Amino acid sequence: MNNINAIEARGMTRRFGDLIAVNNVDLTIPKACVYGFLGPNGSGKSTTIRMLCGLLTPTAGDIEVLDYRIPEQAEELKRKMGYMTQRFSLFEDLTVRENLEFLAAIQNVPRAQQKNRIATLLRDYHLDDRQKQMAGTLSGGQKQRLALAGAVIHQPELLLLDEPTSAVDPESRRDFWEKLFDLADTGTTILVSTHYMDEAERCHRLAILDEGILVADGEPMEMAAALVGRTFQVTTTQPRKAQAVLLKEPGVVSVAQIGKQLRVMIGVGDSIPAHLNQALKADGLDAVLQSAVPNLEDVFVAATHRSHLEQAR
Amino acid sequence: MNLRRLWAIVIKELRQLKRDRVTATMIVGIPTIQLLMFGFAINLDVRGLKSAIADQSHTSASRAVVQDMLATGVIVQAQSAQTPDDLMVALKRGRISVGIVIPPDFERRVAENREAIQVLVDGSDISVQNAARQLAQIPLNSQSSLKSAQISVVSFYNPERVSAINVVPGLVGVILTMTMILFTAVAIVRERERGNLELLITTPVSRTELMIGKVLPYIVIGLIQTTIVLALGVLVFHVPTRGHWIDVYGATMLLIMANLSLGLLISTRAQSQFQAMQMSFFLLLPSILLSGFMFPFAGMPKAAQWISEILPLTHFMRLNRGIMLRGASLLDLWPDALVLIIFTIVMMSLAIMRFSKRLD
Repeated sequence: MNNINAIEARGMTRRFGDLIAVNNVDLTIPKACVYGFLGPNGSGKSTTIRMLCGLLTPTAGDIEVLDYRIPEQAEELKRKMGYMTQRFSLFEDLTVRENLEFLAAIQNVPRAQQKNRIATLLRDYHLDDRQKQMAGTLSGGQKQRLALAGAVIHQPELLLLDEPTSAVDPESRRDFWEKLFDLADTGTTILVSTHYMDEAERCHRLAILDEGILVADGEPMEMAAALVGRTFQVTTTQPRKAQAVLLKEPGVVSVAQIGKQLRVMIGVGDSIPAHLNQALKADGLDAVLQSAVPNLEDVFVAATHRSHLEQAR
Repeated sequence: MNLRRLWAIVIKELRQLKRDRVTATMIVGIPTIQLLMFGFAINLDVRGLKSAIADQSHTSASRAVVQDMLATGVIVQAQSAQTPDDLMVALKRGRISVGIVIPPDFERRVAENREAIQVLVDGSDISVQNAARQLAQIPLNSQSSLKSAQISVVSFYNPERVSAINVVPGLVGVILTMTMILFTAVAIVRERERGNLELLITTPVSRTELMIGKVLPYIVIGLIQTTIVLALGVLVFHVPTRGHWIDVYGATMLLIMANLSLGLLISTRAQSQFQAMQMSFFLLLPSILLSGFMFPFAGMPKAAQWISEILPLTHFMRLNRGIMLRGASLLDLWPDALVLIIFTIVMMSLAIMRFSKRLD
């Protein structure tokens, strides 16, 4: 059973009482892929990741991770999996080196290799000069590098990262992503959740979650390309007023102000909206409407908007 | 069970403990302060209670009884009184703790074998009440030989006379109950609160490794505390050890393991460190009150005795008093030792079963 997919899930559902945190999600994640989960807080990203590694029992659905049935074979999976929690979960009152030594023993890194492995990690993750420092006194970026080093100490086949960069500066985030691609290059499958668009854009593949529902998935570029013809840019001297006017027009899905400009998205199948220009002119606004190249933010808006519409019905 | 993983947890716990200054101080501070406090400050031999005597009989017999009572030293005359009402007022105002009424017809009552003396007691202090109760028995029990009887209240009072010698063997147990349950009670909860647990449960570490790894370091700490208490007891209070030291440590070890596994069970149940502490104190109080440490076991109502039978401290109290004061060996006292072993096994199994490597 040499599956080309690291993760396959069908109908994955999790309820907490009346709340459906994850609703009937299907996932297929190929090996050696950096797969992103994009969604706002409370969209079910963490719950999904926790179900995939056996920490939470799904209410319904079939899950197979690295050919193990989850949650039944979760213990077998844990040997081959690394997990990085949203919150820093290493021991703050142990030093950098002590934390890594502890994890090496816990993760069954062969004793003969332990010393070399820790030395390599300290070097690769730029923690060489910090090894005797208490983990609790590290900066956000250093903590996150240590957490990643700890998560990969046993060279796992699958790495699950739950909003790993939510507490670090942009430069540390960029470094972090370089490390992720290095790992993917050596065959590690990486599932990473985020609410940053720029991070989502970097993923090989992407799933957008909204209120527990998987509303879109695919390659970021393709997903954006599917929106060509639906996104526009309005340049005007009175953006607030223009926004109010445009939002009343039929077919308009969203209008967001970006600096001095407005970004407008229209519904599927609507042609170039001459009536939008007319509406702006009718209100005496000096505005220029041009078509724009869709980006991932547009993908996100389009995907989450549709699910909200369906819910309203 | 993987020994390398187990050892890694033990080392981790010891390192964290070493850096936790407050806890490290507590390990040494609690036994030292407790022992000195109990040894020096708490003296349950009540003497010198302020009292007043309203002798309305004014006979030689009544004066003799009064002299006998004062001679015990339990009461001292603090003020004079003429009537029972005077005594009531003085009691209410807290000027005296004990009032003694000798009625005008004292001699006739004695002859007729009726109640001859009334002792009024400030019942708000239980030990005062106890002491005075004994006083009340003097004339009734020995009325026929009232003048010649050498009456000693001390022999009546407090059958298990608490003193440093009696306190130390039990105090070892109280201190270990206080600290051991608390240490492990917060052990798992703390990791949950700090977020460490979510990481640990996604590693191959097993439940048994985690639980035993957390208990082992504290056994060493418990033995250190035991040594502090015993050393101070011997050096400062000259407590004799009639049994063998090995038996003392053996009994202590059994109590440590019982308390640690109980703490661990609390830890799997509590949602926060605060809850864990509350649960520990909830267990601590009955342990101190019902184990026979403060009050004699035999005097308790049946229900209280049943409760105390399931408390580890009760069994340790019997073991250690037997070993240290009566010179018994651990084997002589095997039933109590067996109860502690069974208790440990049951609590530890429950803790391992209750601890789940899942979050739901």
